[in-house]
Amino acid sequence: MKPIRLVTRSLVAGLLFASAITASAQNNVLRIVPQANLTVLDPIWTSAYVTRDHGYLIYDTLFGSDARGSIKPQMVDKWSTSPDQLVWTFTLRPGLAFHDGRPVTSEDVTASILRWSARDATGALWRTFFSRFEVVDDKTFRIVYGKPFGLTLEAFGKSSGPCFIMPKRVADTPASDQIKDYTGSGPYIFKADEFKPGERAVYVRNAKYVPRNEPPSGTAGGKNVYVDRLELVIIRDPQTQLNALRAGEVDMIEQPAGEQYATLRAMPDVRLLDMVPSGAMYTLRFNFLNAPFSDVRLRRAAMLALGQEQVLRTQVATPGLFQFCRSLYPCGTQYEDSNTGIFTGVANPGAARKLLEEAGYKGQPILLMRPTDFAALSKVPLVVKQQLEAAGFTVDLQNMDWQTLLARRAKRQPAAQGGWDAFITFSASADNLNPVTMQMMNASGARGWFGWDDDATLEAIKRDFAAATSEADRHKFAEAAQLRAIDTVTHVNLGQFEQPAAVRSNVTGGVTAGANVFWGLHKGS
Amino acid sequence: MLRFVFSRLVSTVPVLLVVSITVFLVLRLAPGDPAAVIGGSNATTEDIAAIRQSLGLDKSLLHQFLIFIGNLLQGDLGRSYYFNKPVATLIAERVGPTLSIASGTMLFAVAVAVPMGTLAAWRIGGWLDRLLMGFSVLGFSVPVFVVAYLLIMPLSLKLRWLPVQGYVPPSDGLAAWASHLVLPWIALGTVYVALLARVTRASVSEALAEDYIRTARAKGVSQTAVLFRHALVNAAVPIVTVVGIGVALLIGGVVVTETVFAIPGLGSMTVEAVLNRDFPVIQGLVLFFAFANVAINLLVDLSYLALDPRIRY
Repeated sequence: MKPIRLVTRSLVAGLLFASAITASAQNNVLRIVPQANLTVLDPIWTSAYVTRDHGYLIYDTLFGSDARGSIKPQMVDKWSTSPDQLVWTFTLRPGLAFHDGRPVTSEDVTASILRWSARDATGALWRTFFSRFEVVDDKTFRIVYGKPFGLTLEAFGKSSGPCFIMPKRVADTPASDQIKDYTGSGPYIFKADEFKPGERAVYVRNAKYVPRNEPPSGTAGGKNVYVDRLELVIIRDPQTQLNALRAGEVDMIEQPAGEQYATLRAMPDVRLLDMVPSGAMYTLRFNFLNAPFSDVRLRRAAMLALGQEQVLRTQVATPGLFQFCRSLYPCGTQYEDSNTGIFTGVANPGAARKLLEEAGYKGQPILLMRPTDFAALSKVPLVVKQQLEAAGFTVDLQNMDWQTLLARRAKRQPAAQGGWDAFITFSASADNLNPVTMQMMNASGARGWFGWDDDATLEAIKRDFAAATSEADRHKFAEAAQLRAIDTVTHVNLGQFEQPAAVRSNVTGGVTAGANVFWGLHKGS
Repeated sequence: MLRFVFSRLVSTVPVLLVVSITVFLVLRLAPGDPAAVIGGSNATTEDIAAIRQSLGLDKSLLHQFLIFIGNLLQGDLGRSYYFNKPVATLIAERVGPTLSIASGTMLFAVAVAVPMGTLAAWRIGGWLDRLLMGFSVLGFSVPVFVVAYLLIMPLSLKLRWLPVQGYVPPSDGLAAWASHLVLPWIALGTVYVALLARVTRASVSEALAEDYIRTARAKGVSQTAVLFRHALVNAAVPIVTVVGIGVALLIGGVVVTETVFAIPGLGSMTVEAVLNRDFPVIQGLVLFFAFANVAINLLVDLSYLALDPRIRY
């Protein structure tokens, strides 16, 4: 054999051998391309969804939300409340232990609740009702309120912005600082030594985890792990993600690019898994501080000018992945409500034009920010611009990258001085389940969400909602909050959409929840 | 020569200082706020203010600059806002894949382009020259990501010979390491093959017209020896210069290749840092790239001593 041929054959054989080794090593290792690069590992320090999902792997929560949105116990074994609803007593279930082997105690829980409540919006509201903790023993603690807080279970069991339980030594870290110890008590153990920022995050099954006996449902029920190892593989390029899935190098793409769904549906060895059934919602947010949107009549005109169908057909495009939803609460969830006053979700440029004339609008430009690098969002502002202009608005569409938009939306100055008038974003439906968790209904002024709506009436309704102890009362206050938000036009709901995960067909199971959770998945050969 | 090396190294100090100040100011004056990115979509204005404070971004520009320079003088590039790790550690973790791509790409380019350019120079104006230079134009014209996808489709998706993406360090096995890098080397190397082949062709054809080549031929030296021992060696200085520049460019500029093949190198790290406004990481990377450029240029200059005995420092 000629030397050159020998070398070539040896090289090819070597490469094939390497591929074979890699393939065999893939068994029982689940490789997932997350929705974004995992950068921050502290789920309290940031509200980024990818960090929240990382949190679900390694931490556990006191309660969880099942697939129907009902709150179910998770770390808690039993709980009771005093007749006046001021004292809540919780007992942790047996067998709970952190990854370092130490048992989970009441002290760990109370410290974790305090750190969570320093950053989370619902937690902040909870603090205004909270009086003190009483630690009864290692497994039992009490929360004593100054006045009844009807959302206690919802606060500790909500799937987005969850209250993860950490060891006290970690939870004592101020909420303004990042934690450096990632010890949890959840179904996976984070391998800090194998974490390669920008490349992969590695988790191994927590063999000592004691799942609940109930079947998994949402973030509640048994968190059974059937793989030995889970890797979050960071691949930025959507085409490379798809190629890696096709070649079997990864098992799941958490959020494929919108234009890939048609291809994915045609691939025989891939299935689509709706991990977050209620999906997400597009919304237009106004700057309440400066003209023109400081005038509620102009906000109403903008609301009437915008139609969901055009937005969704342009941005999401794939049939079956979007839905018209006039309720401000996500359609298909607990407080969905079709009583939406003047808001129909259908563009009505004639009515909007009439309102503009009544308000004396003189064509002052509206500065609308558009993130060109955010594929899941970048087309929406183009449609919104067209619809606003059809109603008579003058729109100054400014293109920028998403990070610039994030920085600019924090500026309160008028648009001409570096501020803004409106921007579009989307948020997980799990964040919009009720008026307390919905950031767009944060009407606490300068302390609140971007746009800085200041509305004492809406805040009072939210407090009534939080204090309500019956479901009927909560529904009543949720409806009142929705009508108030529409009347003052806190935001415009631009429709609901879904981004199912793409999963190789040898991976079965999967749990649908208000967040992306990765238990209940089996990997076949 | 030692004096030359020393003076070159000393001259890098003001260069790095100017680069540091420029990068620091440009980053702070450009739009974007890392605290807003870290906070996430649901962060309130208060949350962002708290994060700014914890990162020290609420301090005056001068205060921040003095901290930065003070740390730099102690060899501390700072900590990433996101990863909670020293920047030097992050760069050390990512430099391996980038060096693997850069060195492999350049080896591939040299191995293909130098014989190609030499042959083209030997038959300048002939069909071989036209064919090789036609390929060179094609190499320049087709973007790297197109070449990458054209390679991935048959070799990775159809034949399953090579992985689509990812990186394995050499410590995990040379075969696995090479199998992950073959496609990036070829995809990225195509442009450098085109560039180097043209430089080699021009340089060798110039050398072939020299008197000493005529003398060698008159003495009966074989065609191969004339081409590779006499013409190519004498034409090596411009080729080595282009190789040096290429390596320097590859170390900081393989963004597209690293993205397409999901290789966690310095290029993708730069993009992530810029998108996230991770100021300490961007500053550290720019300083590293500046230093790498200076060092590579110095090595290229020193290599001239070996290639051309007439050169003295």
